[in-house]
Amino acid sequence: MSQNASQSFWRAAGQRLWRDNLAKLCIVVLVFYFGLAIASKLGLVATDWNRGTGVSFANPSFIADEPNPFGKNSQMKPEEVPLDAEARAVDPLAPYYDQIDQAAKAYPQVEEQRSWTLPLGGDKWGRNVLDKAIKGGEVSITVGVLAALLAVAIGTVLGAVSGYFGRWIGDLLEWFYSIFTAMPYFLLVLAIAGALGTKGIGTVIMVLGLTGWTSVYRLVRAEYIKQRSREYVQAANAIGASQSRMMFVHILPNVSHLILVQLSQLVIDFIKAEVVLSFLGFGVPLDSISWGVMINEVMVELVLGKWWQLATVAVVMSTFVVCFGLFTDVLRDALDPKASRR
Amino acid sequence: MSAYLIRRIWQMIPTMIGVMLLVFVIFHVFGSDPSVILAGKFPNKEKIAAIQAQLGLLDPWWVQLAIFAKQVVTFDFGRSWSTNESVSALLLQRAPVTLTVMLPVWLFDALIAVSLAAWVAYRRGSLTDRSIVAICTAAMSISLLLYVVVGQFVFGRVLGWFPVSGWAQGDLWTNLARYVPLPVILMLLVSVAPSLRLYRSFVVEETNQDYVRTARAKGASEGRVMVVHVLRNAAVPIVTNLGLQLPGLLVGSFLIEKIFSIPGVGSEIVTAVSNNDFPIIKAITVYTAMVTMIANLLVDVLYKWLDPRVELK
Repeated sequence: MSQNASQSFWRAAGQRLWRDNLAKLCIVVLVFYFGLAIASKLGLVATDWNRGTGVSFANPSFIADEPNPFGKNSQMKPEEVPLDAEARAVDPLAPYYDQIDQAAKAYPQVEEQRSWTLPLGGDKWGRNVLDKAIKGGEVSITVGVLAALLAVAIGTVLGAVSGYFGRWIGDLLEWFYSIFTAMPYFLLVLAIAGALGTKGIGTVIMVLGLTGWTSVYRLVRAEYIKQRSREYVQAANAIGASQSRMMFVHILPNVSHLILVQLSQLVIDFIKAEVVLSFLGFGVPLDSISWGVMINEVMVELVLGKWWQLATVAVVMSTFVVCFGLFTDVLRDALDPKASRR
Repeated sequence: MSAYLIRRIWQMIPTMIGVMLLVFVIFHVFGSDPSVILAGKFPNKEKIAAIQAQLGLLDPWWVQLAIFAKQVVTFDFGRSWSTNESVSALLLQRAPVTLTVMLPVWLFDALIAVSLAAWVAYRRGSLTDRSIVAICTAAMSISLLLYVVVGQFVFGRVLGWFPVSGWAQGDLWTNLARYVPLPVILMLLVSVAPSLRLYRSFVVEETNQDYVRTARAKGASEGRVMVVHVLRNAAVPIVTNLGLQLPGLLVGSFLIEKIFSIPGVGSEIVTAVSNNDFPIIKAITVYTAMVTMIANLLVDVLYKWLDPRVELK
C-alpha cells in the first residue's frame, strides 16, 4: 500500500514537472550539459584542452578576418623573412649558411602550424576556448554535484539522528550546528581548505561538503521531529522495527523530496562557491581547469580587448546555473504542490 | 523575559567554547607553520626555532588553548604574527571600512526588496509577477564574480563612471562618492533577488489570511490593506531576515574587497588565512561568533515585540 502511494507521489510529481514547458526546456539543457560532462570525463571530447592549437588569442571563427597582433609572429614562416643580396653581403654568417642548414637537418624538426581561428577563439597560449569551457564544465559540475551529495549525506544523517533521538544527542548536534553557523562561512571554508593542505579537486569537494551541510541539517531535523510522532512511525515501532530501520527506511522516504530540492539548490551554490574559491587560489589547481579558473584568467585579457573567453564562460556557465536554478524552482513546486505558486 | 534573556546568554558559552575549539584545532593541528613564512627568504633552523618560541608555538597545546581562552575573556588578542600590529587596533581600523560598503548594501537591499516584493505579491499570478520571480532566479544564479568582472570592466574602464578600484583611507565622503557606489551596485545585483523572493512569499502568506478579507469587507482601500495590514504583519519575518544579515555586515564580502582593493575585514580574512596569522583569525572568528549570537537573540526579542502572540520559551 505504502509502496503504491509513494510511487504515485513520484509519478504525479514527474507529471507536474513535465507539464511545465519551462521545466522541459531546463531538463533538455541540463541533460545536454551532463552529457557533455560525461563525454568529457570519458575522454570523448575536449581531450586536448591543455594544448595550444591556435595562435595566442586566436580569433573566434566569426571574426576570423579581424587583425590579431598577438598572432603575427606565430604566423610568420621562415621563407617570408626578406633576405636579399645586400643583406647577405653585410651578414657575417652568410658564408656559413650551408653549414648551418646541414647541421640543422641532423635534428628532427617539427613545424608547428597553429590555426589562425578557433570556433570560439583561443586564450593566451592558443588553447581552444570551447574545449576549455567543456573540460571546465566537467570539473565544475563534478565538484558541484559531488560536494552537494556529500553535504546532503552529512546533513541528512546528522539531522535525522538529531531530530529522531532528540535528548542529549540532539543537544550535542545542535551545539555542533550552532558552532558551524556562528563562524563566518568563508573563513570556515578557507580554514578547512588550508587545513586539508593539498590542492586538488578532491579537496574542493571535501571543503564545500564539510561546510555546506548546515541548511540540510536544519531542514531534515525539523522534519524528523514532526514525523517521529506520526502514526506510521508508531506502527513501525509496534511491529518491532529497529531504530535505524525506522529512521532510514520508514521516515526518510517521506522527507526525501525536501532533500532532493536542497540537493539541487546546493549544486548551484557549490558551483558558484567553486568559482570564487578558484579565483582566490584556494580551489581547483591551475594545471587543471574549471569555470572558476577560466574567469580568473579573463581579467587581463579583457583589458587587451580579448573578450571571447569571458563571453564563452559567462554564457556557458550562466546558462547551466540559471537552468538548474529554474529547474530547482519547478522541482520544488512539483514535489510540494501545496506550496506551489502561492 | 529577563529569565529568558539570562538563559539565552548563558547558552552562548558552550557555543563560544565550541567555536574556539574548532578554530584552534583547524589552525593549530592542521594549519601550516607560520614561522616558516615569517623566517623570510633564507630560513635556517635557529631562526625558525626562535620565531616559534617567540610566538609561543613551542608551548604544549593546553597552554596555548588556555592563552586563547584568556584572550577571549579579556578581548585582547595580542599582536598580529605577520605584521606585529595590535589586533584590536587593526580590526578597529578595518571594521568601519567594511561597514561603509555593507551598510548601503543592507539598506538599499531592504528598501528595494521590500517595496518590489509588496508590489509583485499584490499582483501575484500575473505576468509581471512570474517574470520578476524568474528574473530573480536567474539573477541569483549568476556568480557574483561574473558581475564583478563585467561590471568593473564596463563601468570602471570602458565608461569610466567609477574608479576601477581603490580606497581613500579615512575620508568617508570621498569613499562614499567615488569608491563605494560600484561595489554596492554589484553586490545589490546579487543580494536583492533572494531577499525579494523571500519577502514576496512572506507578503503572499499574509494576504491569504482572514484579517485581510475582513479589512476589505470593512471597506478599507487596497492601499491601506496592503500597507497598514499586510505589510505590518509581514514585517515580522522580514525584520527577522534583516537581523540575521547583521553579522554579514561586519565580515563583508571578501571577494568584493579583494577585487576593489578595499582594506576591510573580508580581505583581512583572506590575508590572515594565507599567512596563517592566528591572532587575527582568532579575533575575527570570536567577534563574528559573538555578533551572530547576539543578533540571533536580538531577532527573537524583536519578534516578540513586533508580534505579541509569539511566546519566548
